[in-house]
Amino acid sequence: MRRLRSAWSAAWPPIAFGIAFLAIWEGFVVWRDVPPYVLPKPSVIWEQLTEHHDIITRAMWATAQNALVGLAVGLIAGLVMAIVAVRLKTLDELLTPLSAAVAAIPIVALTPVFNTMFSTTSPIPRRLIVAIVVFFPVFVNTARGLRRIEPVHAELMRSYAAGPWTITRTVRLPGALPFFFTGLRIASSTAVIAAIVSEYFGGLQKGLGPAITSAAAASAYPRAWAIVVAAIVLGLVFYLAAVAAEWLAMPWRRVTVTH
Amino acid sequence: MTDAVIVTGVDKRFGTGPTAVQALDGVDLVVGPGEFVSLIGPSGCGKSTLLRIIADLIPPTAGTVVVAGKAVGTARLDQEYGIAFQQSGLLEWRTVRSNIELPLQLSGMGRAERRARAMELLELVGLAEFADHHPSQLSGGMQQRVAIARALAPSPALLLMDEPFGALDEMTRERMQTELIRICAETGAAVVFVTHSIPEAVFLSRRVVVMSPRPGRITAVIEVPEVTRNEDFREDERFYAAVTEVREALRGRLATA
Repeated sequence: MRRLRSAWSAAWPPIAFGIAFLAIWEGFVVWRDVPPYVLPKPSVIWEQLTEHHDIITRAMWATAQNALVGLAVGLIAGLVMAIVAVRLKTLDELLTPLSAAVAAIPIVALTPVFNTMFSTTSPIPRRLIVAIVVFFPVFVNTARGLRRIEPVHAELMRSYAAGPWTITRTVRLPGALPFFFTGLRIASSTAVIAAIVSEYFGGLQKGLGPAITSAAAASAYPRAWAIVVAAIVLGLVFYLAAVAAEWLAMPWRRVTVTH
Repeated sequence: MTDAVIVTGVDKRFGTGPTAVQALDGVDLVVGPGEFVSLIGPSGCGKSTLLRIIADLIPPTAGTVVVAGKAVGTARLDQEYGIAFQQSGLLEWRTVRSNIELPLQLSGMGRAERRARAMELLELVGLAEFADHHPSQLSGGMQQRVAIARALAPSPALLLMDEPFGALDEMTRERMQTELIRICAETGAAVVFVTHSIPEAVFLSRRVVVMSPRPGRITAVIEVPEVTRNEDFREDERFYAAVTEVREALRGRLATA
């Protein structure tokens, strides 16, 4: 009961803010008589969402798949590379600048290249783009977490005659989890954005990106807005999934103090 | 029985050239089996450095160290000693039980066996009902008891302690000292105990080794009478006499410096 009340006290300010924001928006459009191609009313966007929900869900699902596969690949690559980079100094000197270079890749320029490299009917270019975007925050954060080891833990592990891999497994990796999840939080919503952006530049006519383009091309601005709303929802779903994963993976962080 | 520790002619220099610091200079020390020895002295006297050399966490610049009849390196690999620091150093993601199991797990002991050993040790330090708690749920004193249990897990004949009660309040500290006396009596382990508290050193030890800084040297060794260590001893005049003796040994060093 008390838990419910505290959940409510945390939830009501953003909810109230959201409702007030939508009300002001609606009121402003009505009052100033703003044309729908400039700014449609929230109520109209909602109508579009319900009317086209089958098309929108299909587009969302296509984008979600691209984002999810790309996220998984980028996560694993970032995690493995971070472990390797921290363990092997020479590789670290190679991987860290390389990862910075990867982060600087303009994905807008890379997408058409990938589209020609693979075939235009392949989803691989998009997923690759997502993986590249996801890689950097995961790599950088995890590597930072892995490098941090408390002196007392280092001395303790030496007293146990533990080798470097054992130390990585028993101390560094669990200790790096909070850092890894910070990377994942950033990566989760960026994965969705990267997927949508990559869908804009040719290739398959599936997903939220092309849906927005075709709605805008048909001057169906409220529908374009409805798809943008769907994109935001998808990003939030990814972010919340990351938060939930973090909560599940670190049970010791949510224990209550009893002494 | 072999001596727990034999330190012969140990020097330790940090750095090189004119900025080098002589942390230890010609240190000799023998700790008998089951003997409780404290190292005391002002900051920078090298007492923690000496402990770390005995633990083979850092190498000496010169001299030899033998632990349980073996060269220090071998002794460390064979887990001949257990160690506890001022910070408990518990792994927050492991339960209390699995923290104690850590050294056993790393030395390849089977799951059932190390679980049984961990429970035994939790009984010894009086924390059996906290086996499945996480360290963050425990008070500082309890965490330190877990750290001691962990140090005792491989049944070492030597326990190395670097100001293990330094971060605890006075009340908890005295209770922990009494606990430690009982634990040592039950396990028969020899102890090298680094502290900067004179009463703590006197209460716990058979011998108090007084050290002086720059360069770190042993300046006096004070024998504490063989008395039953209980709360009465804290009020005993022999206790006060030994405290005075240690204090004068520390001060005498300062007077000549």
